[in-house]
Amino acid sequence: MKFAITRAGLVRAGVFFLVLVLVPIVGGPGWLLNTLTFTIMYAALSSSWNLIGGYAGYPSLGHVAFFGIGAYATAIMFNGSVYGGYAPFLMLPVIGIGVALLSVPIGWVSMRTRADVFAIVTITLLFITQTLAFNLKEITGGAQGKSVAPAPFDVATYDWPFYYAMLIMLATAMAISMYFRRSKIGLSLATVRADEDKAHGVGVRVTAVKLIAFAVSSGLVAMVGGVWAYYVGFIYPQFAVDPLITIGMVLMAFLGGRGTLWGPVLGSFILVPAQEYFAQAFGASQLYLIAYAAVFLVIMLFLPRGILPSIAERLDRRRAGAAGAARDNAAAQVAPMPPSEVKVVR
Amino acid sequence: MHSLIQAVILGVLTGGVYALMASGQTLIFGIMKVVNLAQGVLVVLGAYLTYTLFTQWGVDPFLSILITTPLLFLVGVGVQWALLRPLHGDDVAQLSLLVTFAIALGVEGLLSFAYGATLTNVQPSYANFSWTILGYQVSLVRFVAFVLSLVVLGLLYLILQRTKFGRSVRATVQNPMSAQLLGVNANRVSALGFGLGAATAAAAGSVFGMLNSFNPGSHYDLISRLLTIVVLGGLGSIGGSVVAALVMGVASSVVSALASPIWSDFTFFVVLLLVLLIRPRGLFGARTRGAL
Repeated sequence: MKFAITRAGLVRAGVFFLVLVLVPIVGGPGWLLNTLTFTIMYAALSSSWNLIGGYAGYPSLGHVAFFGIGAYATAIMFNGSVYGGYAPFLMLPVIGIGVALLSVPIGWVSMRTRADVFAIVTITLLFITQTLAFNLKEITGGAQGKSVAPAPFDVATYDWPFYYAMLIMLATAMAISMYFRRSKIGLSLATVRADEDKAHGVGVRVTAVKLIAFAVSSGLVAMVGGVWAYYVGFIYPQFAVDPLITIGMVLMAFLGGRGTLWGPVLGSFILVPAQEYFAQAFGASQLYLIAYAAVFLVIMLFLPRGILPSIAERLDRRRAGAAGAARDNAAAQVAPMPPSEVKVVR
Repeated sequence: MHSLIQAVILGVLTGGVYALMASGQTLIFGIMKVVNLAQGVLVVLGAYLTYTLFTQWGVDPFLSILITTPLLFLVGVGVQWALLRPLHGDDVAQLSLLVTFAIALGVEGLLSFAYGATLTNVQPSYANFSWTILGYQVSLVRFVAFVLSLVVLGLLYLILQRTKFGRSVRATVQNPMSAQLLGVNANRVSALGFGLGAATAAAAGSVFGMLNSFNPGSHYDLISRLLTIVVLGGLGSIGGSVVAALVMGVASSVVSALASPIWSDFTFFVVLLLVLLIRPRGLFGARTRGAL
């Protein structure tokens, strides 16, 4: 099912990005830009995760491993000096391609398993990376962490380069997401998600498309990690390879709607500000975890398919008319909609 | 050589306790096809309950198992009833994976709220007692813990093989659809199964609290080891998880003794990846059913 670029879609994307581009220029309270930077970071991470977790239906729980690798790559390369301030940004494509290549053999091994086991294997990837970050002290600095040289940016507009870098990462991730949907890759991934064995049987090159999706997704996540490391300036194994980041990406995609273009973005724009609010309201650690878990459970129990697919389904039903809707309902009760149904959600 | 054999002894004793935790997890998977990411936090919860019982009322940690096990059994049944049963949608397996992760986060939050993040330890008077047999040290706590794990595993085996509930469980593991057609109440079996899994976590938790220092964040270490064990053993196979736990216990203990303790966890992951390369369904996993 090809996904056409409609005028409404272009306008929506244009307005969205225009507003975000203008935010620093218009100005606002100091915390706004900081919160937005992290929101956009998660939107980019979640959109990248969506390539493999949403479109292909392989729920990787280890993507933060690549985030951490990207972060450490930046920290190691720019430990001493950042060469004019923009060099770390210019190195991002190199990091992205490097990590994408690195992720190919990893993806190949882990995607020999399906769904649940895949999730487990990718979790172990997270722990492997964290253990390495702790133990390879000569390279990563171990538990003492590793610093990136401070950026020589003007204090008044210090956040701007990081903000725009994150925004470019989000635009890239969404453009690739869009490309996937419009190309044969997206179709092939949809068949993998629906029924991999049958897809393989009718000649879809399942391994190739899965690996492409996994590698692109990992590379993007690593690039975001690179920007993050430069922004926060000092990275530690437990924060660069934090299970909460991994679960953040997954949760945001689930909330907004997996396998949709805007779902992960919507999820991030709801959850990250909420998360910041909880952290402010309840203090840094304990109660915040409980509130986060509660939000998490509510989403899973009441919106298992995500916001956008649920809305799209409602709209479809309304369009079908009263009589048709009644028939659809009856049909839906007999046969729940299979996951294979590739919904076109705008 | 001496240190190698010592490491193997230690590994087998530790592996026994992991076998107990992992058997519960793999049982839950076998019945419900749910990868329970909360198993680690349930072990930590069991350890904290034991800690409170010991420090507040002076209950012996081994005896406290008689209290913590039924408690966590009820917690498990409640969790299944309230949070897992209502799940619906395209892919219940993925959703339940995330739900159990959310439970893990929530319990971690509650525990750190109640106990703080400092490392604690359950230290009965006999904690550091050990025998020397043929020059090899065998600590009392580890030995009793190992025997206890065997006893609980034996009980689990008896429940599964000899009771009506056990027959329903085995039928459900083999083929949920046919089991239901034959009158097995899937909801009841799932709830009791989840309760049993949580109960094994409680039993293991009491022992874990004596053998290790722990804080609410310890469940990440635990779950990462448990997951590698159950995948290595083949998800859903209790026998497989016991074998895998012993393999992992010995491997990590040997690496820890011969190389360095910081790499001992790493062994788990490397062994897992090697096995998956050769045999994606794990050592004893069934080919057809479930996630593989």
